[in-house]
Amino acid sequence: MNKLRIILSGIIRNNPTFVLVLGMCPTLGTTTSAENGMGMGLATTAVLIMSNLVISLIKNLIPDKVRIPAFIVVIASFVTIIQMLMQAFVPALYAALGVFIPLIVVNCIILGRAEAFASKNSPLDSILDGVGIGLGFTLSLTVIGAVREILGSGAIFGVSLGIADYTPLIFVLAPGAFLVLGYLMVLFNKLAKK
Amino acid sequence: MKSTLVNMTAVLFGITLVASAGVGVVNMITEEPIALAKEAATKEALTQVLPEFDATAIEELTIDELPITVYTATKGDAVTGYAVQTMTKQGFNGVVRLMVGFTPEGEVVNVNVLEQAETPGLGTKMADEGNPLLGSIQGQKLEEKKLVDGKLAVTKDGGDVDALTAATISSRAYVDAVNRAWMAYKSVATGVTPADVATGATAAAQTNEPEAQKGGTNE
Repeated sequence: MNKLRIILSGIIRNNPTFVLVLGMCPTLGTTTSAENGMGMGLATTAVLIMSNLVISLIKNLIPDKVRIPAFIVVIASFVTIIQMLMQAFVPALYAALGVFIPLIVVNCIILGRAEAFASKNSPLDSILDGVGIGLGFTLSLTVIGAVREILGSGAIFGVSLGIADYTPLIFVLAPGAFLVLGYLMVLFNKLAKK
Repeated sequence: MKSTLVNMTAVLFGITLVASAGVGVVNMITEEPIALAKEAATKEALTQVLPEFDATAIEELTIDELPITVYTATKGDAVTGYAVQTMTKQGFNGVVRLMVGFTPEGEVVNVNVLEQAETPGLGTKMADEGNPLLGSIQGQKLEEKKLVDGKLAVTKDGGDVDALTAATISSRAYVDAVNRAWMAYKSVATGVTPADVATGATAAAQTNEPEAQKGGTNE
């Protein structure tokens, strides 16, 4: 399979948020601002690439019936390791993203890609799939976060646009997450079909 | 691969063994840097809420079953201020932690929000510079504020601390944490235990109800 196409498919044809509709819990919960959405997306990407690689390497050693528990152990270990490394060496980044990291364990995108892609493909292709899906997730979350931040708190990436007094608060709260996600999903699928 | 009892057990055992060994090794490597980073963060918070100082003495208190830490800052032999790491569980999304700095005379120097999970764009404004909550208490002695039952309160509850717009719960939580810091500051600065502060202060400056009787002031 063409290497570039693997990456692109993660962003468009298999976009985890708008097409596969996976990982909705962190999507709805963390996209209160563009920055938060991007942070969650990047942290997930890091775990996804590493877990895809390792699962692809050990796929022939794992008996079918226990593959899910084996994948979960691998993913949870990576999340813990990344959390500790960030806390130790980049405390500023950890302060900003720390709350999202434990959420990655329960993100079904990672388990989904382990099951659907990494356990059937070569290590290199699995890394590329991790990059593509990760980028797709990051872009989707950043866009949702940006829309909610502009509509709800009148700012973008924390920079105020000076319209904060006129923006409906609901967009930074939970109902706004569903509204924005729904409309963006319609828009994305309409554009992607062409 | 075909699953048999033997290979399933062996593989799962192997994977968990390798995974836990990996996590263990990383933990050993990162333990020290994490402790150092936390210490640096605390120190950074202290310098933001205190006047100049060389050394701090730490004192751990428990007020209302919540752990409060008081840092007494000294320069030479003179006490230059007190920083109180305080918390409340009454935030909109759980725990709010603050670092509140007092001068030896009891004026609030500054308040630093260490941890909060309030609604973005509403309650999170408690951490912004020049927000109304901080503006209402910064540079002032808390006992000179308009107190309700000996405690600070937001205007909606009869006090004179200006709340954040559309974030009354977060504002109440902030005030609750500041009250607890004030309590701790008084007990350390005057050298009496928290229980004594509560009763002593009621007589002296008609200020404090005993903290224990407080249950559910912030709904």
